Amino acid sequence: MKLKTIFFSLLLLAISPALMAGNTINGAGATFPYPVYSAWAFNYFRTTGVRVNYQSIGSGGGVRQIKNRTVDFGASDAPVKPAELKAGNLLQFPAIIGGVVPVVNVKGLSAGRLKLTGEALAEIFLGEIKKWNDPRIEALNKGLNLPDSEITVVHRSDGSGTTAIFTTYLSACSGDWSRKVGTGKSVNWPVGIGGKGNEGVANYVKRVKNSIGYVEFAYAKQSRMCYVKLKNKSGRFVEPSFESFKDAAAGARWNPDTGYYLWLVDAPGDGSWPIAGASFILLGKEKSAVNRKVVDFFEWAFKNGDETARKLIYVPLPESLKRSIRDYWKKNGID
Amino acid sequence: MSNQNVTDYKDKLFRVVTFGAALVVLVVIVGIFASLVEQSLPAIRKFGFFRFLTTPTWDPVHEVFGAASSLYGTIVTTVLAMIIAIPVSIGIAIFMTELCPNFLKGAMGTAIELLAAIPSIIYGMWGLFTLAPIMGNTVEPFLQHTIGKVPYLGSLFSGTPLGIDILTASTVLSIMIIPFMASIARDTFTLTPQVLRESAYGIGATRWEVIRNVVLPYSKGGVFGGMVIAMGRALGETMAVAFVLGNKHQIAHSLLDASATITVTLANEFTEADSNMYMASLFYLALILFVMSFLTLAAAKFILKERAKS
Amino acid sequence: MNILTKRKIRNKVALSLSVFAAVIGLFWLFFILWDVFRHGMSFITMDLFTKDPVPPGFQGGGLRNAFVGQILITLVAMVIGIPFGILGGTFLSEYGRHSRLGRFISTLSDIMVSVPSIVIGTFVYAIMVKPIGHFNGWAGGVALAIIMIPVVIRTTEDMMSLVPWSLREAAFALGAPYYKVITQVVYRGAATGIFTGILLSIARVAGETAPLLFTSFNNSFFTTNLSESTPSLTVTIFQYAMGPYDDWHGMAWAAALVITVAILLVTVAGRLLIKWRYRS
Repeated sequence: MKLKTIFFSLLLLAISPALMAGNTINGAGATFPYPVYSAWAFNYFRTTGVRVNYQSIGSGGGVRQIKNRTVDFGASDAPVKPAELKAGNLLQFPAIIGGVVPVVNVKGLSAGRLKLTGEALAEIFLGEIKKWNDPRIEALNKGLNLPDSEITVVHRSDGSGTTAIFTTYLSACSGDWSRKVGTGKSVNWPVGIGGKGNEGVANYVKRVKNSIGYVEFAYAKQSRMCYVKLKNKSGRFVEPSFESFKDAAAGARWNPDTGYYLWLVDAPGDGSWPIAGASFILLGKEKSAVNRKVVDFFEWAFKNGDETARKLIYVPLPESLKRSIRDYWKKNGID
Repeated sequence: MSNQNVTDYKDKLFRVVTFGAALVVLVVIVGIFASLVEQSLPAIRKFGFFRFLTTPTWDPVHEVFGAASSLYGTIVTTVLAMIIAIPVSIGIAIFMTELCPNFLKGAMGTAIELLAAIPSIIYGMWGLFTLAPIMGNTVEPFLQHTIGKVPYLGSLFSGTPLGIDILTASTVLSIMIIPFMASIARDTFTLTPQVLRESAYGIGATRWEVIRNVVLPYSKGGVFGGMVIAMGRALGETMAVAFVLGNKHQIAHSLLDASATITVTLANEFTEADSNMYMASLFYLALILFVMSFLTLAAAKFILKERAKS
Repeated sequence: MNILTKRKIRNKVALSLSVFAAVIGLFWLFFILWDVFRHGMSFITMDLFTKDPVPPGFQGGGLRNAFVGQILITLVAMVIGIPFGILGGTFLSEYGRHSRLGRFISTLSDIMVSVPSIVIGTFVYAIMVKPIGHFNGWAGGVALAIIMIPVVIRTTEDMMSLVPWSLREAAFALGAPYYKVITQVVYRGAATGIFTGILLSIARVAGETAPLLFTSFNNSFFTTNLSESTPSLTVTIFQYAMGPYDDWHGMAWAAALVITVAILLVTVAGRLLIKWRYRS
């Protein structure tokens, strides 16, 4: 008798969503833009009643899931190569620009005090610089009192576009890095412990003394972490900020024919932050009905989401790029 | 149709239905095995069996996968957890059967049951937020300054104490299996015939001697079986270790190094694997874990059964 | 020192060690419970149960979606797991009592109780997520049911075997067929025990995380549609506790407190019931 009641109420529950079906868009992928996508999704749900369920599982997962069509859109910070897009019958466009920042947990250091170069960063992540008071770090930071303690490296344990951006940068700066480790969404790390997602790395860096990791700036900002200054291509030490990310993206040449394939690391310009990157959205080319809904969301975000993005220190796409993306949508049968 | 026939028919039907339900267990076990084999076929073909087991590399960029590092992490954390848990849980069982005043017995039993009922994710979370800082700031530096100075043994405690390492993970794991082992040990201890105990007391044995020479030998098979079951559990535990092990694919030489178990690798990388070979290798890991824990538990059952016979 | 004192000292030392072990055991229990309580209590608010999560950086929000999702997934597990478990246990204790297959399945169930739950997650992913094409709540329910079935089977079998054989014989003598004897005599006799077994199996699966990671996955919105990815308390705790935000940590502690208290209450209820029923 009781079982029957449970069964029927379950049946009812199973049917009821049919009445409100079609109001959810499922997306998964990069953790890098998760703060801004979830904020957009939250506001979008308030205004339109459409749920955009974005799960931050890592760029690797995002690419695989959209290839298998297990989600409506995938997100990746590492642009997918044009040939791979073609093979998977995928569309790709950028949605937001942000920066990856090295974060440290060293007693007595506050945000923006520590200065590093790309080479030094590569040597730390290779395990060649082992202590915080290594002469190679002290030379860059005259006057800072760095402790005589071992550095703990924190990296990502999952397939991650943040890692792709970061390792692309390290490879650009250090021949050793590109020979020994290389670039990719997940690499064979020489040293360190692995955290799951940008969240996991941020959490471990916060909890482990004398550690260094790399996260998207919004994570560093929201959880009040200690980021470092980096030397850019023009030889200046810059702070991560909205302006320095914007400068890094300013000279970018976007090409819709390659699915906007582009890296923004080590960009020229006096004020450019050297580890910037765009986050990309991936769609299944043949699913035009679903794509329309996804595109509606991003169109709404392009129009109404800039302020939210700026607040979280992401750089909204420039108007010219937005126009180009709209054309790209139209050309591929979504408008 | 006569009344008798209807009854026969109903009886048969009920029998068949219950048989079908019981068969589900068999079907699921065979199904798990078959589907894991099927899903991991590409990796089995590419890496073979012994090569996969002995390769410590786990490199998704170049698609070279081996189980050795995760397997090592699984075995080391399990063994260490057992080393911590066995004496404590036998101690608890002795206390509960031989020493505990009667009015406390119930409360103590309930407390142990409760400890066993706490979900493993709570252990994991508590491990990260509460135990890891204690280990990293106090316990591990202390160990380094004491045992760490002993030659040979000291290398087990080299490195920077972070609190996110094999030692912390094993500690959390041991806390998880202690109640389980303790209640099995207690149950087997109580099976020791009262006559045996009393005759030992009668010839003037102390309490410890009775435990040592009567109770323990009498129940050693049962206790051993219980330990093996607990070990099977520890092998397959995910959440309690996922938080505090540090997810690093390496053959760590120090207990203060990060590591990865098969379960933690699955939990972290399963939804994120981007290539088919990566996915197949993860399924291969799951298959190895399944076979390992199945054999362990079957062995435990066998031991307990043999004991029941004798 | 004479041998008697030596024996006495050894006795004292050994017994004190065992008391010490017991104290350690209790110490962990209280340490963990106290910690969960201390951190979680201040985040238990009405909003936690009535509001959905907000993105990091926004104020307020709760975990209503995860509570409802958890309940739905557990209900699915119960609807599948309880009937299969009871019927299967019935076969093992009655019809298959002396058959080799029956003994074999009984042993298999015992083993399956301890099969790593994450392996069950990968299995259900292979049969229910990959073919369907996306994560869904039903898969989570099935994964939990697979964990639940052997637990219910074994307790049902044990509890039914405790019903004295003479009771069945008395019913047979009245001309009742076997299925009637089982449903009206044996079930009645074993009801409390079976019910307790069910309670404990619910407590067991409600706290499972690993099998849900790749089946029901997670969802930041409220949903009652189990054919899409469905949030659960345990997966949410995993996500929030691993995250860097303080309010996520707070919510994770609060969720941990709620789930721990619920599970402990069910467990205690089960124990009391058993004690009351089988006191004699």
